[in-house]
Amino acid sequence: MSEETKEALFSPKNKKLIAEPININNPVTIQVLGICSALAVTVQIDNALIMSIAVMAVLVIGNVLVSLMRNAIPSKIRIIVQLVVVAALVIIVSEVLKAYVYDVSKQLSVFVGLIITNCIIMGRLEAFAMGNKPWASALDGVGNGFGYGLVLVIVAFFKEVFGSGTITIPGFEKFHVIPQAFYDMGYENNGLMLLPPSSLIIVAIYIWFQKSKNPELIDEHGS
Amino acid sequence: MAINRDSNVYTLSFAALMVVLVGGFLAFVSMSLKPIQKANQTNEKMQNILQAIGIEETETVSRDEAGAIFNDYVKRRITIDYNGKILSDLGVADPINPQDKLDAFNIDIRKEYSKYIKPIMNANKGNDEKIKSELANNENIHFPLFICESNGNKYMVTSCSGKGLWDDIWGYIGFESDGKTISGAIFDHKGETPGLGSVITEDWFEKQFRSKSIHENGYSAIQVLKPGKNLDNHQVDGISGATFTGVGVDEMMGRSMEVYYNFVQSNPKVLN
Repeated sequence: MSEETKEALFSPKNKKLIAEPININNPVTIQVLGICSALAVTVQIDNALIMSIAVMAVLVIGNVLVSLMRNAIPSKIRIIVQLVVVAALVIIVSEVLKAYVYDVSKQLSVFVGLIITNCIIMGRLEAFAMGNKPWASALDGVGNGFGYGLVLVIVAFFKEVFGSGTITIPGFEKFHVIPQAFYDMGYENNGLMLLPPSSLIIVAIYIWFQKSKNPELIDEHGS
Repeated sequence: MAINRDSNVYTLSFAALMVVLVGGFLAFVSMSLKPIQKANQTNEKMQNILQAIGIEETETVSRDEAGAIFNDYVKRRITIDYNGKILSDLGVADPINPQDKLDAFNIDIRKEYSKYIKPIMNANKGNDEKIKSELANNENIHFPLFICESNGNKYMVTSCSGKGLWDDIWGYIGFESDGKTISGAIFDHKGETPGLGSVITEDWFEKQFRSKSIHENGYSAIQVLKPGKNLDNHQVDGISGATFTGVGVDEMMGRSMEVYYNFVQSNPKVLN
């Protein structure tokens, strides 16, 4: 975590804790964390949604737990303690998915387990929850989880529409958005959209759009 | 502060306490959710078998309903070996006992492939005769077979398992009462590329297999071709962008259906 991120998020306003990660301090597009799963689970919107909810749940509960324990955690093993908290939560999420939303858990397969390695979670625990009160940490978790989910769902939307011509929302039938007439005229789904590299392109366009809307994000000095 | 949080004793006790608490809690969660997870798996298997029959009544059965109506359709559960020898033959009157490893319903078709069939195939790559003879000699390999009945018509649901591009693929294939014409097919996979290989679980792919035949002067394997070719009675379209998943389906169907074909040839009565 960079110094600037820390400063921005240490600001007292709780509202900012939620608002900032959604836009100007988005974990995926600005901090470029959690990219791995943003590439992998964005082929269908329903997967992206469930994944986001799972990450948000782990992030919020993990933030609160670590925040509650922050004064008791020995500094020498604090990363290990955070890891144990995250790992335990992820296992619980995975078991709950298997029991109550079996189909989704099958689709997400290994990616649920890989939430453990999602840099956003460890990043927030280390940078925020270790130094803040539980309520602020919970809000921070909601904000970052939401910021992550927003990017995931937007990327998944474009990937699914152009890759499969459908929109899948959990609990509903697959919705075909590209009319059959298009296919009859020779339109074809773009196979590249179903593969991870296309997410990079969409995320990049998203960052471009986001930065053009928020001039303060542009690094004028270059690097 | 009274406690020195940097001392080794504190660090070690903290770690030990945390491990015990977290471990205990996870064990508790796992134990309490296990029955529900197990029921999900059982119901899913029943749903797959019912859907593979390929008849309207069971086509859209949901996972939760499958358990209730399974016995209305599935009348016999038979386990055979590679040579077609019957190892177990259970009817509706015999409840599914999870302890009975030979009950056709309890056979884990993915494990049959990964544990017994795959090693033989890998060790004898390219030598089909050797693979067949080793498969025939291995008494651990079991093939489940379900005789189903609906409106007086008999069906046979068989299974197949193999490997796609990334990981296991498997399926249940239903046959008409002649034991040669496919009436329905259900495929599933563990980790095929979403949107490409994973398409084998979609209706259009599965429905292509219907009314295809595995018989033409003896056994004739179903072939998965590259999309867009002219198809005969033993061929289906593959999926563009998922060539290797298609090759996997082709291979597992060809290998597994031959066993059932031979079984029906030597035991024509099971479908009467």
